Amino acid sequence: MAIRKKALVSSSLWRGVVSIAVFLVLWEIGSLSKFWIKWESFEWLRNALTGIDLKPVYLPWIGAVPAPTEVLHAWAGVIGDAGYWQSWYMSFFRVMSGFVTAMLVGIPFGLLLAVSRTAYGVGFPVFEVLRPIPPLAWVPASIIFWPTQELSIAFVTFLGAFYTIVINVVGGARSIDVRYFQAAQSMGSSQWDIFRRIILPGTLPSIMVGSSVGMGITWNVVVAAEMISGGGSQDAGSSGGGLGFFIWNSYVGGSYEQVVVGMISIGIAGYVSSELLRAVGARVTPWMRLR
Amino acid sequence: MAAVLQPKSNRRATQGAISIDNVVKIYDPDGAAVMAVDHCSLEISAGEICMIVGPSGCGKTTLLNAIAGFHEITSGRILLDGEVLCSTEKPKAEPGSDRIVVFQNGALFPWKTNLENVAFGPIMQGAMSKAEAIEKALDMMADAGLGGVEHNFPGEVSSGMRRRVEIVRALMNDPKVLLLDEPYRALDSLTKSVMHEALLEIYYKNKVTIFFITHDLEEAIFLGHKVAIMTTRPCKPKKILEVDIPHPRDYSVLTSRRFRELMEETNDAVHEEALKAFAAGEKEG
Repeated sequence: MAIRKKALVSSSLWRGVVSIAVFLVLWEIGSLSKFWIKWESFEWLRNALTGIDLKPVYLPWIGAVPAPTEVLHAWAGVIGDAGYWQSWYMSFFRVMSGFVTAMLVGIPFGLLLAVSRTAYGVGFPVFEVLRPIPPLAWVPASIIFWPTQELSIAFVTFLGAFYTIVINVVGGARSIDVRYFQAAQSMGSSQWDIFRRIILPGTLPSIMVGSSVGMGITWNVVVAAEMISGGGSQDAGSSGGGLGFFIWNSYVGGSYEQVVVGMISIGIAGYVSSELLRAVGARVTPWMRLR
Repeated sequence: MAAVLQPKSNRRATQGAISIDNVVKIYDPDGAAVMAVDHCSLEISAGEICMIVGPSGCGKTTLLNAIAGFHEITSGRILLDGEVLCSTEKPKAEPGSDRIVVFQNGALFPWKTNLENVAFGPIMQGAMSKAEAIEKALDMMADAGLGGVEHNFPGEVSSGMRRRVEIVRALMNDPKVLLLDEPYRALDSLTKSVMHEALLEIYYKNKVTIFFITHDLEEAIFLGHKVAIMTTRPCKPKKILEVDIPHPRDYSVLTSRRFRELMEETNDAVHEEALKAFAAGEKEG
């Protein structure tokens, strides 16, 4: 059994490595195609398409994207640069502070909505009206409201995770089987015991689900917010703006290889955050690994 | 197995007599009154195993919920050892550790280990310190053949094991009455036969009153001192059978002549109600 399990893990790792390698090779080939396929050889297709529509047609061309080797080269250029790591740090810091605040506020708020009819009646309608507003629509209002750029980015990041966490907590707490409450009550549990020993652990799996979805949204939001608000701290310039600003700055500066470096950095950062969260989840809900 | 079934204590239960007196339960969803229980009266003596047999959805569980204090009754009253649990004036009984339910699909807390589940009641009631409760739980689990799964989560053991853990959890509260709501419904017949003997074994040691809902007549006659065959909705006793096969029993009872006579005596009544329930179900559908 143990041997088989081990083999399974390494074969899935093997598949992962192969799939990334194949992806990189295809990307390299596509990107280098600009050297051996001439744009003019597709002139007839463009003409044909332009004939149907009246405007000239431009086709997307993967040759316009920097090749992986060029990206790697650009990466090697910035990897020793403190500004690049400062961007990592800024984005990570914003994601974590927004996310942790969302958990600290969202979990108690969600539990309150779940256990109290009054709180639900008063709080939920407002919540439901605010929830559909995308976090990014909050950016201008947030900049006006909060005294510093940093706080306004943190707030928008917080919103990204907040709604998802609350919705999952409310749903999770409400779907706890009534038999658990009845059994606990019969065995002499007080209201507080029921909250602590039934509602809290019963909601934990939903909290973890809400958190991992929320974490993904947080990364989306932080990058966009950094681009829109110009990186938060102007005086730090290109070095202090986070990965979102790193991308935007590279784009404005015409360094397309660095744009891709920034994108992949975010991919890695998001992956690392999800893995961290998964590890925490496995630790706090050990009974869930059986499912 | 038969040797194990000998009663270890001869203590006769003096507590746990249930008296169900003219209980009526009318559900009122959207104004359409549905009578679930119709002037139902039933006497269960202390330490008796009373089997409630009836077709699905006949209102047996409504009765159980009323005793447990999970739902209200409309009128009538239910007494436990002469004390009123619920009545027309006070329609909902207080749930308490003197009446513990073992649920149809099980209600072990999935986030607690089997041991933590078993030790839960006494800790909640403040009847024992945590250490005492754990110690007693380990004892009782070992006694019920559950040694080795103490530190597993309920999700890690078989459904038969889970039922046994849940019954032990119930007994840890030292209840007067055990309320079992078709606890073996989801088990296959082989596991079921093992569970029946295990239940009797536990019963002979603890002598609590058992209120056991089932729709399996064979199970009812095999386990019960008394079998109450209920009518289909609205629910009330149609026929009450005193099973005169002496306890302790084991599986050889199933092939005895008396057992078959009792089966014949009651089979028609059960079948009749099942047919009625089926016809009523067709109309509803």
